[in-house]
This record gives sequence, structure tokens and C-alpha cells, in this order.
Amino acid sequence: MRLVVTVNGARHERAVEPRLLLSDFLRHELGLTGTHVGCEHGVCGACTVLVDGEAVRSCLMFAVQADRHDVTTVEGLTDGTSDALHPLQTAFREAHGLQCGFCTPGVLMTLVPFLRDQPHPDERAIREALSGNLCRCTGYQNIVAAVRLACDAAPSPDR
Amino acid sequence: MTPPRRQIGERVRRNEDARLLTGRALFVDDVRLEGMLHVALLRSQHAHARLLGVDVSAARRRPGVVAVYTAADLGDYWRPGPLLVPPPPIADLVFNACTQVPLAKDKLRHVGEPIALVVAESRYVAEDALDDIVVEAQPLPAVVDLEAALAPGAARVHEHLPSNVAAHAVQRKGDYARARARAHTVIQRRFRYDRGAAAAIENRAVVAQWDPRAAELTVWDTTQAPIPIRNGLAQLLGLLESQVRVVAPFVGGGFGPKIMMFYPEEVLVPWVARALGRPVKWCEDRQENFFATTQERGQIHDAELAVAQDGKILGVRDVFLHDTGAYDPYGLTVPINSQCTLLGQYDIPSYESEFTAVFTNKTIVTPVRGAGRQHGVFVIERLLDFAAKQLGLDRAEIRRRNLLRPDQFPVNNEILFQDSAPLTYDSGDYEPALDEALKAIDYQRFVREEQPRLRAAGRHVGIGVVCYVEGTGIGPYEGARVTVEPSGRVRLATGVGTQGQGHFTVFAQIVAEVLGVDVAQVHVITGDTREFHWGTGTFASRGAVVAGSACHAAASAVRDKILGLASRELQTAPPDLVLAGGRVQVRGAPENGITLGALALKANPLRGAVRPGTEPGLEATAYFGPDRGSTASGVHAMLVEVDPETAQVQIKRYVVVHDCGRVINPMIVEGQIQGGVAHGIGNAFYEQLVYDEEGQLLNASLMDYLLPTATDVPNIETTHRETPSPLNPMGVKGVGEAGAIPTGALFAQAVEDALGDPRVEICEIPLSPSRLFDLMAAAR
Repeated sequence: MRLVVTVNGARHERAVEPRLLLSDFLRHELGLTGTHVGCEHGVCGACTVLVDGEAVRSCLMFAVQADRHDVTTVEGLTDGTSDALHPLQTAFREAHGLQCGFCTPGVLMTLVPFLRDQPHPDERAIREALSGNLCRCTGYQNIVAAVRLACDAAPSPDR
Repeated sequence: MTPPRRQIGERVRRNEDARLLTGRALFVDDVRLEGMLHVALLRSQHAHARLLGVDVSAARRRPGVVAVYTAADLGDYWRPGPLLVPPPPIADLVFNACTQVPLAKDKLRHVGEPIALVVAESRYVAEDALDDIVVEAQPLPAVVDLEAALAPGAARVHEHLPSNVAAHAVQRKGDYARARARAHTVIQRRFRYDRGAAAAIENRAVVAQWDPRAAELTVWDTTQAPIPIRNGLAQLLGLLESQVRVVAPFVGGGFGPKIMMFYPEEVLVPWVARALGRPVKWCEDRQENFFATTQERGQIHDAELAVAQDGKILGVRDVFLHDTGAYDPYGLTVPINSQCTLLGQYDIPSYESEFTAVFTNKTIVTPVRGAGRQHGVFVIERLLDFAAKQLGLDRAEIRRRNLLRPDQFPVNNEILFQDSAPLTYDSGDYEPALDEALKAIDYQRFVREEQPRLRAAGRHVGIGVVCYVEGTGIGPYEGARVTVEPSGRVRLATGVGTQGQGHFTVFAQIVAEVLGVDVAQVHVITGDTREFHWGTGTFASRGAVVAGSACHAAASAVRDKILGLASRELQTAPPDLVLAGGRVQVRGAPENGITLGALALKANPLRGAVRPGTEPGLEATAYFGPDRGSTASGVHAMLVEVDPETAQVQIKRYVVVHDCGRVINPMIVEGQIQGGVAHGIGNAFYEQLVYDEEGQLLNASLMDYLLPTATDVPNIETTHRETPSPLNPMGVKGVGEAGAIPTGALFAQAVEDALGDPRVEICEIPLSPSRLFDLMAAAR
């Protein structure tokens, strides 16, 4: 099937098998291997990407379902040419919010729309937001700390 | 003048993070090669069956399929895997080595054991072709329950053996029978621990490429031990070790199972790549991970504790069964860790420990974070809890009365540890750690005021406090090579693989401190046998201790070379030189100096002569091998509340006081502990691999096997204590597994305390709300 999709701002037109998962399309057809695959049944959240700005599990979508949609992967958080990090990425680095880093791209892509909609969440809301992403290394504590750090760094209407 | 900057002990942010955060880090499944083929494996659906025939003809005919292999197609290459860890020389030891095979030949011994391998143009087609294969198998009674496995007439997993006994070992210290005879009280209980999965978020993967022109094999592998994999593959394939390069790039969590050698896929994929002359990739899916990646923790203990009236331990006797699964390639590491770790932080004058390792028709058991230590801690800590109750002593007090004193170190426990060396604690200072934990959680106030007040209000709140040790940092050795490049940047290569422990930063800190450079200027290479090919791997919480000490030794040797050369260049004796800010400077005259980069250029001249007796370059390789492991320790304390209606447990506070000797990076150590505790909480209350009596795993998905999520794990309040190890120059001890070790014992104690019903005793892990509910109901 024919597929036209915008990924990280670039338009791609491809012929793909209908059964090809979006995660496999991104990783193996486009070479965007920052999106990771941990379970392929929608539980671990490692493969989370944005489709039209909302977090989705790319292992639970066929590539053809992204036809004429706008996809953002972790590679799209930065311009890819400099060493500059997205503020959320900087906060993860500062707060040691990652260890092996395998779940991290999915965690970041979950948090981007969450923090857009809720720029100053409390800890409970942060933990709820993260509860669909499994991490085996960190115990989540420093992921939560990283989110708080990112929120503190963001301009607040209250200040 | 730039003063020398302290790097060891600082909260240095990680060198590797930018790559991981932007998606640029290479994981094995990210490897893409021209013409690459994809592998899928047909796996046994039977726990135990005779394999009568495998018909792959239809699979071979499917378009897109390149090859299909069964055991018969492997010819001489088919052979059982190596025994990784020979058992320690324990007197009268029985050990039956039965190691895994690449593809099942005549018998199927666990669900998930590979039977046939399909190679196709895509993974999708390869999986399609699995459905074309016809397996003829005659089911046999499955060996699942440990006690039933040893009953006369039980089906045998390995029919050439007289029974399902994989091993039997007894270790003794002192005279337990005498101790028991003069005891005031003897506590006897049966304890059970069940299986869990390591569940790294990255599944296993292997990619192999044979280059016929260079006659070289390159293998990318999610292994924790790339060097032994390279050496073993060279031997299996009849190649020189230098013809095989194994790369363990970024690995998405290890936790033990990624060091099993050799998994069938690690043997098969390189062979297929060579046979077909094309690159080949196999990537495990999550369901395969539940069946085919090793697991741990099934044990049943019958234990007794002999105590005096004042709570002093006179002796312990423990007889246990250990589930080793269908094969035992990892020897006795897990049950010996259980046996040794039971002694804990306590002065136990007599000890008798006997175990029987049992073959079952379940996935192979090898170490998973903690590696048997959990069980030992669970048994001794629970026995102390029951003894305290019976003697009317406080739980913290009975522990305090039995702690080893600082003047008793080094402590010889008179039994053999997993590394075959006598179990000796190098250093420790236990009582202040206990005090600190009790203070941090406000133990006395909770027990005297808070708990009675809340209980009166109908709330079920409880507290727990447990002590543990972790044998870490065992040999044999690791190495490192440090090179100062003409750019002034420093390259550090070491052989261990890395799975998130922060090696790119911790090793860099060590080298940076010795050479007076910035941590970000130290470029660390791990897990690539082309860069460094001597060493063993990442296991037993040994990276910082053993590889870290090798980094320190190599950096120190380079420092000597720098000082020697700079001394000539600057006409100043080495004691008057200072390394700081990437330069060598004359003490008191910082303008008089030279950069390390300029020195590196001078050390490798294009003309002129390198002085006799010197070597070119500012480079050195060094090794470190400790005589024995160093013993880390800690105290965990927890406050919980149990809802008696739902049996849901809420962790109110979790406190850790941890001592892993000198801390290289407190931020990373805390991260290791937090992750370990989360893993331990999973083991204690969420995770259990449930096998039915046919040996079928009933919850082989992340929907049914519950990993703790962000809403399940509390914030961990960690305090570091530093009792240096005398066994290495930096005084460090390992920490990788620590957090996961005492959690089960702590959970049981705190929940039992919260229930406050003397009829409810928790003698098993994992629990779950429904299991807890059953225990409460049974007591009513």
C-alpha cells in the first residue's frame, strides 16, 4: 500500500505491506532507530511517538494508519545537527533520569504532550502520566525528579 | 593555576546521556547491514516431550525463506554449551552438568526451547514460515514441583541421570548440633521464594556478519560478557580469536540473564551468517523473552535458628531445594550465594547448610539481580523476626545484639563463596548503619506512639527493618587501556560490557582524577573486543570494583609516563609537577607548563629517537584481579499500610542506608539502589512467573506479568556510609544488585507487622494482594 507520512517535518512516500507496524516502519524503513521496541503489545511504552502531537504506541499502529498524518520521534526533539538538547532532555541528564536509556525515548515522547497540556503538574500527576511507561533501571524516582526539574525551568505563569 | 580537581566522589552527570537521550545510541537491533537476513525460531510448546520428527519442507518452499535448519542440519557444530562456572571444591559435592543445546535433537525439556531456525528476507516472513513447520512430539509428564521432582518414580528431565538431582552440597561452620542442644529457643519454619523475570526492557538480540575478504566475523550481541563470547565463538567456529569481533554496544538493561553463555541464538546466528555469506539478525520478542531468557528464584527452605534467651544466635541450620530449570550451565552460583548470604551481618558461630539443586521442565535458571542472595537474607531475617516475637524482644534489638563488631574484621565465615574463595568479609561497620536507618525512619517513635495511635483508629500500619550483606566485586580480573591523544583527550578502553550502570562516566571519573583532566574529556569504550580483548564481563556487582580498579591502575601508569616526559621537558623533578586542567605545571609556577596533548605528540615523534627503555605514546594497559570479593552492606527500613479489605499494600516510606565502600559517584550509586529496590518491590508484590502443572507459563506477557510502574514505587531515601574495602586501591565495593536483595524480607516483615495478627505469618515471596488476602482469610 502507498503511504505518505510526515516524520519529524520531512515528507516520506513509500509502498509498504499493510501489516507493517509503524514502529518497524520508523526503525527499519526510515532508519529512525531512536524509537525502541520493548514488548510489541502496547504495555512497555518504549515505542511511544507523537502522531499529530499526541503520544501513541507505534507498535500498536500499522504504518498505513499513519497515512497523511504527522509523526514525531525522539530524533525530532532536537535539530539533529548540534549537540543542543531539548529542555526535557537536559533535565533528564541533570537529574540522572535514565540509566540504560532504552525506555527513555518513549518516556520523553509521553512527557512532551503531557507537559504541553499540564505545564506544572504535581508529583502524583507526573507519576500517573508515567505509569504507562515501564522502566526497569531507575525505579522512576529520578524520572520524576527530571520532570520536576524541567517544570521548574519552564516559565511559570505564577511567577 | 588550575588546582587539581577532585572527581571521585562527585555527582558528575553522565557522559553517555546525550547519545541516549537523542536516540543516537546504538543498540543491537539498530544495526542495519546491506543484504541482512532475519531469523525466527520455532520453539517447543511442550515442557517435556520426546521429539520424534521435525518437517521443515513446507517452510523451505515459502517465498522469501532463505534457509531452515534443525539440529540435524548443524552436523558437528551441534554440541551442548560450556559449563560457565565450575562448582567450588566443596567436600562430597555432587554436581551433574547438563548444559543447553543449540537446537533440540531428541527431547524437549522446557517450553520455549528452540527446535528449528528459519532465515528469511524479513522477520515477518520468517515468522510466517514458523507456521509451516510440523513438529511430531510425544508429551512426557512435566517435572514442575521441586519436591515432586525428587519423589521416586518421577519423570526425569535428563534420562541418563538416576534422578532430577542437579547438585547436592553441604557446607558447615562450627558444631550446629551442639548449639541446638544448648539453645533456649529453636525457631523452625519453611520458606518459599518463587520465580520472577529479569525483564530488561530491551530483549536479547544478535547480529552477525561474515566478511569473506577480511576473513572476519563481527557479532553485535546484547551480552554482558562480550570477551568470553568472542573466545568461545572463535573456538566453536575454528577461527582465531582475532578473527572474531564481538561488540556489546549500548545494552538496554542486563540484570544477569544477558550473561548466560551461550544462548542457542548466540551460537546459531554467527554460524548461519557464515554459512550463508550474508549478515543475519535475530531479535527476541517479549514472548520469547519470557520462555527463552533465563530466570531465577525458585527455592524452598526448611530452616531453623537456635538462640539463647537474650536473642544471641547460637546457630542456624538450613536445608533447601533450588530450582535450576532444564539445564545448569551456570553451575552453583545461585544456590551458593543463597547459602553464603544467609550469614548476613551477624555473628553466627555455627551453621549447617545443605542444598539440593533440582532439574525441572522450566526455563533455565541463572543469576538475576541479587542472584540467590535474596533467599539467604529472607531466611535469616524472617527467623530473627520470629525469634524476637517468641522471646519478647524488639526486632531492631535482636539484630543489634547479633551484629558483627568492627574489631572482628576481616571475618572468616569458614565456607566457600561462589568464586571458590573462602567467604571472608573484608570490612564493615554495621551498628552505626542500623542506628542511622532507625533514626531516619523514626523507628522508636513509630513503634511507641504512631503505630498504637493509628491502630486504635483502625489503620493497619507496619514497620520493617532488615540488614543484609552483598558479596561483590569478585575476580578473576579486568583490564583497561588509557591513552592520551594529541588532542589532549583521553581514550579509555575496557573489556566489560555496560547496561546502564554509568561506566562511561564512572570510569572516566577515575581516569580524570588521576590525570587531572575534565571527565568529559575522557572517552570511554566498553564492550568491543577489537578495542580491548582481555577480561570477563559485567556481573556480580563487579564493574566499579574490578574494571574500575584496572582503570585506576592504567591511568596511574600513564600518569607516571606523563610525569617522566614532562620532567625532562620542563627540567623539573616529578614531585614538583602538578597535573591539572589537562596540563602539567610546575608547582608554584603555573605559567611554566605543557598540555597533555603536546606531551602526547612529543611521546610519539616522527623524527629523532625515543629514549631507550621507554615506549612511544602516553599509553598504558593494566589489570586488576582481587584475591576475593569485597562485602558491601546495608539496612533497609519501610513503613507500610495495608488495606484489609483489598489486601493492597501502600509503601509510605522507604529508607536505605548503604555502604559500598568509597563512593565514586553518589548520583549513580543512588540510581542503582533505587532501581534495585524497585526490582525488589516487583519481586515482593507484583511479579511471579506462574507455571501450571504441565510446565506451561501462564503469564508470558507484560499484560499478565506485572512490572512495577511509576505509581507503585515510592521515593527511596538513601544515605551513604563509606567503609573502604582494603582489597583495592580506591576502597570501593559493588552496588549493582544491592537494592534488590533485602526487599522481600523487608516487605514480609512490614506487612506482617501491619496486619498485627499473630496468626498471620509471611514465609513466602512473592506476595500479591490476592495471596495476602488468602493468608489473612486462612488465619481467620
